[in-house]
Amino acid sequence: MNTKIKQIHKKLKVKSTTDNLSRIRDFIHQTAMECKLPKEKIGDIILAVDEACTNVIKHAYKYSPEGEIDIDIKCKNNRFYVIITDKGEKFDITLIPEPDLEKYHKEKRVGGLGIFLMRKLMDEVKYSHLSGNRNRVTLIKYL
Amino acid sequence: MTEFNVQTRTEGSVQILYVKGYLDAHTAPELEDAFNKLIDDKKYKVVVNLKDLNYISSAGLGVFMAYIETMRENGGDIKFSNLKKEVFNIFDLLGFPMLYEFYDDEKEAINKFNEQ
Repeated sequence: MNTKIKQIHKKLKVKSTTDNLSRIRDFIHQTAMECKLPKEKIGDIILAVDEACTNVIKHAYKYSPEGEIDIDIKCKNNRFYVIITDKGEKFDITLIPEPDLEKYHKEKRVGGLGIFLMRKLMDEVKYSHLSGNRNRVTLIKYL
Repeated sequence: MTEFNVQTRTEGSVQILYVKGYLDAHTAPELEDAFNKLIDDKKYKVVVNLKDLNYISSAGLGVFMAYIETMRENGGDIKFSNLKKEVFNIFDLLGFPMLYEFYDDEKEAINKFNEQ
């Protein structure tokens, strides 16, 4: 076990607006630094969380600014967990198939690449539908 | 506030876009505006200089994908230059080098248009 990794649990609650994405990224950056994660892993996690929250704003809340996004970070047992919870429409990202990128560009499709990035950048991406009509996406990076 | 801006410079028939700061779902509309203006002005040869771009998410990448066809159909293109390694890695993960040209320096990208 890597003894340099510090155990931590932090929370952030923001409204579902795109101007909060920079605040979310700063929160991830700061917490990951406190956990003493290596720089390139921090970059991967920041982008994956940005993509997950952008999906919540776009698909779960359909750009309504009144929704809430809860972000929980846990750093323990050599894992960095980011748990993102919303109360918007059900949107199971794990059901979205992985695109064939060459075909994707040729067919001039736009959008849908965020989930692909999340899967590439994180070691685990999970979705669960909770009571009270909540969606939860859990992103895990192995340390 | 997300730090972001787009500036445009003309060199002959080529437009150079300088995209600075953080390009995400919040700032991507500003880049769309810049591309819409180029199309209104019928300027289709574009070099996107990303020397001061610190961050890009798929919302930003989607802007280039949305405009590339219009540029190419009108005899132009979108070519990229001066990317930081971390930013290039994201373009690379999403397969952009298969269909877009990347140059180390803005001059090379401009010359490529002038050779055509």
